[in-house]
Amino acid sequence: MGEPFATRMRPGPDARPAGRILAGLDPMGTVFAGLLSLSLLALPLMIERPNRIAAGTSLMAWSALPAAAALAVLGIVGFAAALLTLRVAPSVRLAAGASALLLLGLAAGWAADHLTPPGDRYSRVSPDAGWWLAFVVAGLAAGDGLARLRPGPGTRIAALAAVTVLAGLALRSGFWDNLSIMREYAGHSDTFGREVRIHIGLALSSVTVAALIGIPAAILARPVPALRRTLLGFLNILQTIPSMALFGMLIAPLAWIGRSVPGAAELGIAGIGPAPALVALSAYALLPVAAATVAGLDAVPGPVRDAAQGVGMTGRQRLFQVDLPLALPALLTGIRIVLVQNIGLAVIAGLVGGGGLGVFVFQGISQNAGDLVLLGALPTVALASGSAVLLDAAIAVSRGRGAERAP
Amino acid sequence: MSRATRLAKLALLALLSAFLLTPQSFADLFRPFAPGDTPPIYTQTPLLTLTINQLLLVAAATVAASALAVGFAVAATRPAGRDILPFARALANLGQTFPPVAVLALAVPIFGFGSVPTLIALVLYGLLPVFETTLTGLSGLDPALMEAARGMGLTERQRLIQVELPLALPMILSGIRLTAVIGLATATIGSTVAASTLGEVIISGLLTGNTAYVLQGGLVVSALAILIDTAFHALERAATQRSGFGS
Repeated sequence: MGEPFATRMRPGPDARPAGRILAGLDPMGTVFAGLLSLSLLALPLMIERPNRIAAGTSLMAWSALPAAAALAVLGIVGFAAALLTLRVAPSVRLAAGASALLLLGLAAGWAADHLTPPGDRYSRVSPDAGWWLAFVVAGLAAGDGLARLRPGPGTRIAALAAVTVLAGLALRSGFWDNLSIMREYAGHSDTFGREVRIHIGLALSSVTVAALIGIPAAILARPVPALRRTLLGFLNILQTIPSMALFGMLIAPLAWIGRSVPGAAELGIAGIGPAPALVALSAYALLPVAAATVAGLDAVPGPVRDAAQGVGMTGRQRLFQVDLPLALPALLTGIRIVLVQNIGLAVIAGLVGGGGLGVFVFQGISQNAGDLVLLGALPTVALASGSAVLLDAAIAVSRGRGAERAP
Repeated sequence: MSRATRLAKLALLALLSAFLLTPQSFADLFRPFAPGDTPPIYTQTPLLTLTINQLLLVAAATVAASALAVGFAVAATRPAGRDILPFARALANLGQTFPPVAVLALAVPIFGFGSVPTLIALVLYGLLPVFETTLTGLSGLDPALMEAARGMGLTERQRLIQVELPLALPMILSGIRLTAVIGLATATIGSTVAASTLGEVIISGLLTGNTAYVLQGGLVVSALAILIDTAFHALERAATQRSGFGS
């Protein structure tokens, strides 16, 4: 995150402390607390269906949970909400948000066990609007606390690792197994791991291809204005083609190459399967990578270049020892954008037979099974957010600790 | 923009209008891509209707998202809202990591099929670019200028409306441009959840193996995206010149 706002814009002569009534209250925290109360007291926590696609009954927290569990959830989340309204230390805010998240995770499992009759394999219990809203707000509150602590890259990665390990343990323990989304997982567990691997593989390999093509192309084209304009203009137009259409347009030519070029079929080039998806995703990733390279190299200060030339460095030495290291944060920012973008876009591969988590999303849409859609969408969001945190940390490290807070 | 690119954009607009008004006159161009005897031009719903539907959907979402996002950004940059600024930045940053397809997919279990989940996904996703650029525009203003506005005796509201927003307008417009262009692409995907957009043509092509449909749907959306992008760039340039910082 950038420099603290207050140091950039000093309060003017008429700046005064925010309204006197709010003096003891934290405005952001009060909003969180209000939304938490609303979601748990006025919205249904869970929804129960007799089978996978039937209409469901929405249940409030006190009817979805056994009495003791309902008291524990409402009590602890309520206490956390009350803490958030006060002007307390960031670490306390983080703890309050995190414990609310934890209790909501527990509540989902408890409610599923409570509402599922023993031995029943058809009934479905899923979180309803209240649970989702509370979960998002609690997550925001925890994130707000974390952001106010101004964590360094190490802390951010540690927080990500802690969340991943906790969620992994909970999933493995079978605590949520009675939840509808886990029932969908049980029904697709034979293919889930493979689709996740395909999804990650598509995103990573397309970004690698784009980096291998885009960075050298940008380095070569940058010094020549006409070439640079043409390159960026062409890639810009490539970006405007809707993803579904680009995936579809590539099927025919790739099928033709697979049939007629000797050896191409052995490499996996074919009209169906992951090849069109990989080509399309690489194409989308080219513009951000090339543009970031150009911007990063443009930002290398002129005196630095002159000095490098002055000490007798060759063109190659200047590029690898001066220009590229200085452009690295900008380059990584470009990579972050395309990795997150392509993890999301790889969902479309499911529509054209390319595999990946999109398979579950589109199967779920066509079967009108919302929880199957979630089985594809939630891991996608988790993958995208996780890789954003990792690369943000890498960007912060590449800028150097001292420079991290500079504009 | 150079004369040549301006002419190219005008030609694109003319070509797009001609294609949407009389698609059948382009049938021969698409015939090589249609397998066997299948019709080369999509006719279940007129392409013009689908285009207008998609533009209306994107326009509604862009207007709603921009109004909300500018409001949030203004609130976050007022003295009373300063506490929430670091958090709002982090939130905007995190929100960008939500893939539009996932937002759309998540909206379906809640809001059902049709144009409504698409509209909601478009508004939610469109908030972030406008919020981020408005925030950058408002918080990056020259402190000396703000001091001068204060010195002239302008009230807080007058400063916002007469000084801050006009100066931040080029940045705000660039955010709205991003929102509109991303929204156009996302709306296409909306057809997988039964929204009436040009995505319908592409999906029909994918399902029947008719590349001609995939091409016409894709090309029309691309042309629309290029033209919208151009129009907003022109607006941004006009706004920059009006604010007196044009080069």
